[in-house]
Amino acid sequence: MNIPGLVKHNQRIAMRHGGGGRAMRMLIEEVFMRGATDLAVDGVGLDAMDDGAAIRIGDQYLIVTTDSHVIHPLFFPGGDIGKLSIAGTVNDLSMMGATKLLGLTCGVILEEGLERSVLERVQDSMRATCLEVGVPIVTGDTKVMGKGEIDALVINTTGFALTNRIVRDNGLRVGDRIIVTGTVGDHGLAVMATRNKLELAGELKSDCAPLFDLVQKVLAAGGDGVVAMKDPTRGGVASALHEMANKAGVGVLLMENDVPVSEAARAAGELLGIDPLHVANEGKALIGVRPEVADQVLAALKAHPLGRNAAIIGTAIAEPKGKLVLDTGFGRRLLAEPEGEPLPRIC
Amino acid sequence: MNAPDSTQLKFRDPLRGKLLGERLQQVVSEIGRNPVSVMHVCGSHEQAIARFGLRSAFPRELDVVMGPGCPVCITDVPEVDEAVALALQGVRVATYGDMVRVPGTVKSLADVRGDGAKIEIIYSIEQALQLARDNPDEEVVFFATGFETTAVATASALLGKPPKNFSVLSAHKYIPPVMEIVTEMPGTRIEGFLAAGHAAIITGSGVFDAFVRDHHIPVVVAGFEPLDILAALVKLVELIRDGTPQVVNMFPRCVSHEGNTVAQKQLWEVFAPTGGQWRGIAHVPNGNLRLREEFAAYDTRKRMKIDVSKLWDYAPPKLLGQCICGEIMSGSKNPKSCKLFGKECVPENPVGACMVSSEGSCRIWHQYGGHLDLRGIS
Repeated sequence: MNIPGLVKHNQRIAMRHGGGGRAMRMLIEEVFMRGATDLAVDGVGLDAMDDGAAIRIGDQYLIVTTDSHVIHPLFFPGGDIGKLSIAGTVNDLSMMGATKLLGLTCGVILEEGLERSVLERVQDSMRATCLEVGVPIVTGDTKVMGKGEIDALVINTTGFALTNRIVRDNGLRVGDRIIVTGTVGDHGLAVMATRNKLELAGELKSDCAPLFDLVQKVLAAGGDGVVAMKDPTRGGVASALHEMANKAGVGVLLMENDVPVSEAARAAGELLGIDPLHVANEGKALIGVRPEVADQVLAALKAHPLGRNAAIIGTAIAEPKGKLVLDTGFGRRLLAEPEGEPLPRIC
Repeated sequence: MNAPDSTQLKFRDPLRGKLLGERLQQVVSEIGRNPVSVMHVCGSHEQAIARFGLRSAFPRELDVVMGPGCPVCITDVPEVDEAVALALQGVRVATYGDMVRVPGTVKSLADVRGDGAKIEIIYSIEQALQLARDNPDEEVVFFATGFETTAVATASALLGKPPKNFSVLSAHKYIPPVMEIVTEMPGTRIEGFLAAGHAAIITGSGVFDAFVRDHHIPVVVAGFEPLDILAALVKLVELIRDGTPQVVNMFPRCVSHEGNTVAQKQLWEVFAPTGGQWRGIAHVPNGNLRLREEFAAYDTRKRMKIDVSKLWDYAPPKLLGQCICGEIMSGSKNPKSCKLFGKECVPENPVGACMVSSEGSCRIWHQYGGHLDLRGIS
């Protein structure tokens, strides 16, 4: 299918092709998926377009995921590129159902002229986050590019973990409940507010955090009733839920007034004309559960410091398939799949 | 965090919304006709209706039609061409954001900016004046679009001694006359109007008195919160049911009968109404605002020659012929009737003006999922 405005029509890459929305998905499908199934994978491979891969080893799965971090500015309220580069990869591993983290790799590309003290601050932050999660960096790579050839600092991390039971992002079926682990939109709106130098009442800061421990509590409470997980990063809840609904062949009814949004994020969203549902999170998960375990999973989340504001926000429905119906309290409308993140270079 | 704050309690109370929705259904049923068609003439109303999914709560028999309420959309192609031609002549052109991407006959301002023309996006006319002060050796043209709300800002700036190298290319429009045109269009079925609350802050609700007297169609001034819109619709259908056309101000916390008389004085001191084409709709007598003779020194059209003929060297885009923005803006069709909608015509690659502006019907429908009537989905 030809989608105008995308790769085939505009033969150049635009910022929205990295925005985590429809444009990026189309780019991946049209370019990187060529050859994705040339060689068989015993487990979950690239063609699944999940948060990571799972390769069967004996009666376990090795989970692998990789993520490059290009955020501007490097330091933002609530985090920095160092913390983000560890948390982001740990979260992708966690979303696949990882129960034992093995290690991370760290590749950095530095811009000529970058101050050594900046790099040291970033590394301090990576180290602290690794200690918090209990996962070591086991190998790395360092490159430098000329001034202006790259912006300050890019970090790639790859993570490895084990599990006995993979949790996919396509496991929803009609009647399942959708839980979000806390307030949505904080990361993207905090970065946006920082870039636009918005002076806002209340504290707006990124939710950047590693979710491994929280997810262990969820898996313990919900067991096999935890059927789908995804972290709503670029493109936010709207993008992640569209993907989950599409892959599972269900629709999702989302109750807008049940979606937790901090007052600061709500204010920033109104001011910037951006729906928090379309904005990146870096410390939240969407969890699909069978209805009979919904309450116990929610209780487990609320007992954890990173899940205090967790809420049941929606239900998987039969129709319309692949679409999100948003109940605003006044009526219902479709929640569109975002084309991309409203702001580039968000993580 | 989940507890509604005080503003939400006041304006965003779903229970009150539900009660108003039931009342709306009751009155529409009492009218006993299908459909009962009313029109709003404001992109911000469509934004709110779409944002809150209100159409799904409207009675099936009630057709709330979007009218020509997007200032970017109704700016006519030759007006865009004038701005594009000026930019190609080397003049620095300042305008409001969405205007830059609106296609002219062959090119938009964004297209010629890519070719090196000096196009500046501004958020208020003060920034355009500053551009003129910062570039005293250049001609700076403010391509002025928008309804009476933004026209007042333009008028106020011109009354305040602008720099000599500053001029205004006016594409300002005036809403009340187009309501008459839409009402008189053959086959029209509009039985009542929702008027835009923010414009009425300036004009006052009294500006609609003559229209109601001449056309016997009720006009209700409405605010932009979901409850404002629902309450105004209830009032409007009550007036239709009772056959008592009048102007009712349902936005009294902001709008008065006489309006902002200081702003009105400035508006008519600087501008005079004149007939003009609204993109895709019709020639609207008194629908355009041109600068009065006393301000000729600041009138771009009188100050310099605008050579649009150069533009004819390019072939117009093929898809434009299939665009139905005009029919959408005059309310006879909606975006779903357009075969380009969401396919060839998307916000990143718009064919018509309605897909460009955040107040354009197509853009709004696209933003909120492309299918706004969920009454069929249980």
